[in-house]
Amino acid sequence: MEAVQPNADWQRWWARYGTMSSLGAGILILVLISFASNPNETEAVLSSTLRQSTPLILGALCGLLGERSGVINIGIEGQMLLGAFVGFMTNVWLSSVPEMGDGPRLFLAVLAGVSAGAVLGALLALMSVTLKIDQIIGGTVINILALGITGFFYTVNVQTSGKLQPVPLGPLVDIPLIGPVLFDNPPITYATIALVFLVHYVLFYTRWGLRTRAVGEHPRAADTLGVNVFTVRYVNVIVGGALAGLAGAFLTIEAVGSFERAMTNGRGFLALAVMIFGKYTPLGAWGAALLFGFATAMQSQLQFGGEIDIPHQFIGMLPYLLTIVVLAGFVGRTRVPAADGIPYEKE
Amino acid sequence: MTETYALEARNITKRFPGVLANDHVNFALKKGEIHALLGENGAGKSTLMNIIYGLYSPDEGEIVIDGQLTQIHNPHDAIHKGIGMVHQHFMLVPVFTVVENIILGAEVTRGLSLDLHTARKQIRELSQNFGLEVDPDAIVEDLPVGIQQRVEILKALYRDAKILVLDEPTAVLTPQEAEDLFKIMRHLTARGVSIIFISHKLKEVLAISNEITVMRRGRVVGSTTPAETDERGLASMMVGRDVILTVDKEPAQPAEIVLSVSGLTVRDERKVEVVSNVSFEVRKGEILGIAGVQGNGQTELAEALTGLRAFESGEIILNGEEIPPMNPRHLIEHGMAHIPEDRQKHGLVLPYAVADNEVLCTYYVPPYANGIQRNDKAIQANAKELIKRFDIRTPGPNTPAGNLSGGNQQKVIVAREFTRPVKLLIANQPTRGLDVGSIEYIHNQIIEMRDRGIGVIVISAELDEIMSLADRIAVMFHGEIVGMLDPETVTREELGLYMAGSKRME
Repeated sequence: MEAVQPNADWQRWWARYGTMSSLGAGILILVLISFASNPNETEAVLSSTLRQSTPLILGALCGLLGERSGVINIGIEGQMLLGAFVGFMTNVWLSSVPEMGDGPRLFLAVLAGVSAGAVLGALLALMSVTLKIDQIIGGTVINILALGITGFFYTVNVQTSGKLQPVPLGPLVDIPLIGPVLFDNPPITYATIALVFLVHYVLFYTRWGLRTRAVGEHPRAADTLGVNVFTVRYVNVIVGGALAGLAGAFLTIEAVGSFERAMTNGRGFLALAVMIFGKYTPLGAWGAALLFGFATAMQSQLQFGGEIDIPHQFIGMLPYLLTIVVLAGFVGRTRVPAADGIPYEKE
Repeated sequence: MTETYALEARNITKRFPGVLANDHVNFALKKGEIHALLGENGAGKSTLMNIIYGLYSPDEGEIVIDGQLTQIHNPHDAIHKGIGMVHQHFMLVPVFTVVENIILGAEVTRGLSLDLHTARKQIRELSQNFGLEVDPDAIVEDLPVGIQQRVEILKALYRDAKILVLDEPTAVLTPQEAEDLFKIMRHLTARGVSIIFISHKLKEVLAISNEITVMRRGRVVGSTTPAETDERGLASMMVGRDVILTVDKEPAQPAEIVLSVSGLTVRDERKVEVVSNVSFEVRKGEILGIAGVQGNGQTELAEALTGLRAFESGEIILNGEEIPPMNPRHLIEHGMAHIPEDRQKHGLVLPYAVADNEVLCTYYVPPYANGIQRNDKAIQANAKELIKRFDIRTPGPNTPAGNLSGGNQQKVIVAREFTRPVKLLIANQPTRGLDVGSIEYIHNQIIEMRDRGIGVIVISAELDEIMSLADRIAVMFHGEIVGMLDPETVTREELGLYMAGSKRME
């Protein structure tokens, strides 16, 4: 066998982005063909893709910030759930304040959801950074805690005065296909897209990002250079929790408008798969989240379109099947941060 | 006032529970000089350096920098005061580039973004000024160890270090890389940097330093200069008794062939041929030394011989029987003993107790196993006996092997491998990183194995070790054996030429 020497630039490019780009190109072609034959349905599927992907990418960004700094976060599910619940309940309470306008009410509700996620983030940081508890157990504690709290305090039949509405971005909406899909969304969806690029910038182009990655790879080296490992980990895990809280707020204040018990429905764990599929990079994770969002959108389209005669249980499997196939086959070598999951002990 | 010192440690005392690690230690480093700190493992060198670098605070005593009394509370302070430290285990992030590693913690920024462009320029300038060539954009894990060390030195210089602490810098280097390091050190002192050079290699200390301070059991036992002393003098100061530096051995009595290797070819993970068509044989009662600069196929050869790596072609015959590939247990049961290159990764299970490490090859046979059950009594008894016989310094048989010093960890391995009924011993870098006393001990054990009629292969990057132990020397270069030499007649220079590939036997 000939040794593979990735000398040429395109070979290196292919090795790094090949899978991603060929998947993307394939999907693009499919979308264009579909748009030509059935514009309305295509638009609906793509809008739904973006909606479905939003909580996933927010959850993935949460996981990514933690793991890049060396803390495994499997409590994303719980952080999302509590964020969803607290956001929703805040919306309910403020709805009974008569002089409160829609804007401030929804803003405060989202803020409450984000804060709830951040508080659980701080709890995870306390357990895994300061108390050095096994991080998988710490995350599990958070998931069970969130499930318990929300289940206990949730009361049925509560009313809100509405959820976040789409904000069309002027003439951009009139662009065919792209306009209605990208430029006619509610605020959290816009914010999420901005956050993907923001986290990418922070992680790879700023001092904070360099220190975060150093702490996730070789905390002792960072420590000997005067970087405070504990601070870096705390901040990243708390900010991550806030992002997961935002994902929860998205569910109850922007997407659905109401709360149900355990409504996150595994999205927090799917977000971890998205993060790994995206090779611990924000942009990669975004691509992965869109792919999963697309699969979910296709699933509902196929189920309710009623054109194909397949039992709906099988169609319902689609996103999960995709997870397995993608994780098993396409991901290739993912490099986990070297100090991921290992508590740091000072000498 | 006499001349000012770059750094003085006065009357430093540091106690740990049960240990007096530094006992009123005085140490003074003159400006622009290389001051060697010599001592066995556990003599208190590292404690002293950790105090100077702010990792520990002293119970008594003071640190004076440039004639001024100074408090150093943490590494950040130390960096601030112009002290740079190159740790024995590098503090580099393997997946980062050279630039990223150097600027970490002292980043140049433009607005919010990192200014890698300026940083790169500064690093290039530093490299040129101090003769430390390195590509700023290389990923650190792709660089050879010697270059990684330069990155560490650059890291200190980038923070304006005037005092450089090098902790056992040559332990991980090949002889050539060590030579390069010495050139760099001289270059640095010529530019006003003062260097503390921690080592237990006598030759190096004599070759490079201006002054030598020797520590033993937490105390400074003497100060001297290379002109006033020699290896023997330093060794006895260090150990506290006379040490025999040359190995005393009778001529070998080679008997029948125990291992014969023919046409062995091995490829590594990247499918590159790293051992090419190698043939040799080892007889009972002789030591075959395999010399060579690190990375010329010795590691892979040892792995193939010990069943840890598949080989592409060739034949390995042990005791007249062809060995199956990749079956270490078969080899162990047929009389092969192995001292692996990396004792912590491949020689021991560090979190396991010493007692369990001593039965890693034999835990499944009586008396250590009773059917599917462990026989703890026998395992403990075995450990106690070995600890006594091999003088392993451990609090007890149930202490995790990871808690022992390097020399004692190696003794655990030696005790395990040398007390089985073996016919062939493969010792890969058996004394790397060990102090003089331990080296002497391990060497004597190896000679004793030979005299018991066991065939021995010693692979080492240390010329001295090869020259003093081997009865025949095979030199490896680029995966081939380029010479089979007699240590009685060959000179160090000639051996060096073979190792560098500029000479070969046809």
